[in-house]
Amino acid sequence: MPTTEKYLAKSTDIAARTLGDETIIMSTLDSTIFMLNPTGTAIWQAADGNTPLSRIIEDKVCAEFDVPVEQASADAHHFIDELAEHGILVVSDHPIPQ
Amino acid sequence: MSLLEEMNRKATEQGIPLSAHMDITWKCNERCVHCYLDHEGKNEMSTAEIKDALDQLADCGTFFLSISGGEPLLRRDCFEILEYARALRFNVKLKTNAVMIGTKEAARLRKLGIEQVQISIYSDRPEIHDAITKLPGSLRRSLAAIERLKAEGVKVSISNVLMKQNVTSGKAVQRLAKEIGVEFHIDPTITPMLNGDRSILNLGITKEELEEVFHTEEFIGNVGEFCAPIAEVNDDILEGYSCSAGHTLAYISPSGDVYPCVQFPMPCGNVREKSFRDIWYRSEQLTELRSVHVKDLTTCSGCGHVGYCSRCPGLAYMEGNMRGPSTSDCAKSEARTGIPSAWQVKSGARPGPSLVQIRVA
Repeated sequence: MPTTEKYLAKSTDIAARTLGDETIIMSTLDSTIFMLNPTGTAIWQAADGNTPLSRIIEDKVCAEFDVPVEQASADAHHFIDELAEHGILVVSDHPIPQ
Repeated sequence: MSLLEEMNRKATEQGIPLSAHMDITWKCNERCVHCYLDHEGKNEMSTAEIKDALDQLADCGTFFLSISGGEPLLRRDCFEILEYARALRFNVKLKTNAVMIGTKEAARLRKLGIEQVQISIYSDRPEIHDAITKLPGSLRRSLAAIERLKAEGVKVSISNVLMKQNVTSGKAVQRLAKEIGVEFHIDPTITPMLNGDRSILNLGITKEELEEVFHTEEFIGNVGEFCAPIAEVNDDILEGYSCSAGHTLAYISPSGDVYPCVQFPMPCGNVREKSFRDIWYRSEQLTELRSVHVKDLTTCSGCGHVGYCSRCPGLAYMEGNMRGPSTSDCAKSEARTGIPSAWQVKSGARPGPSLVQIRVA
């Protein structure tokens, strides 16, 4: 598990809407579409630039979806890496002013 | 199933207005001969009212938002509205004639992350385009704006509405779009005026011209596939709906009236008087519209074209019955396949099948 804390913020170059417990996201840069499942949606909604990823995993993933922290952390890091790669999420080692 | 199809299916099942079209003004700096709107611009919503309506749409789950008019950029607060819509994370398309888009405006639209700017170009020849828009110099100005938008990296789509005046211009506009590197859409539909005046339908292209459009590979793609009649009509088709209007698509007029679609002027309520949510989920008109399945359509449910017809319930509504045929779509189905629609035969517009038929093996 990475030792450095990470902070997540939603990019401004996106369109997004949460419908029920799923979220549709479209990149305004290349029109790529993503659909997030309920777990992804929980992380997405908590990506406020200030809440550390470890707390998001603990409070929004482990607590609400009843999964062990190791599994949740591995999946969450894979998830944010993929969204960051497409410019959907901004990831930083420091809080991100909104 | 693609993600978009999956999203549409879920929105239909859950009754979510996934797409909304909002005209922020009906005022316009052009006077297109085929336009279905009046341009008086009376009783328009204020900036605050429009922002409130956008808040409500976002709250109801709207993702795709078309901002249009009239000419939306005639409103001084157009960019403020676009900025607000983007802050609410709508996927925004702007429909405009673009004559007011200069370098600064193009840069602003790019910065805002507008998904696409859709611009009507009627011909590559100014004497035809400008005669349709009745604004001298409009073709030159619209094309210059497209170049500016392209230079900024904004996605542009050229829409080419075909009518008598420009029926020979389609291929040239398509070539122009290709040269510039933008999307191209051709549309042979003339819509009656929202006030019920149908006189502008006389501008529509002839049956023969429509057939030619539908048999032109450059416009249609696979002509054989597009024009082939599909014989089988299954339960999925009969239990389905004609289109997304009122199911996943809503329209809001500049004065706050809610319709199922801009081409379906059935007043369902006004966002100045009721919440959008209340109108969307509780209006009698939308409830009735949603009860109409293809199997309930008078005449059309028994028509051989029913499986692929582009039948518009809004145009049918403007003809007097939202369960009836939209005759311009009957004409389209006939132009595609060479086979008259059930309504065309029933109304006597076309002869029915002969009583005595000979089949040669």
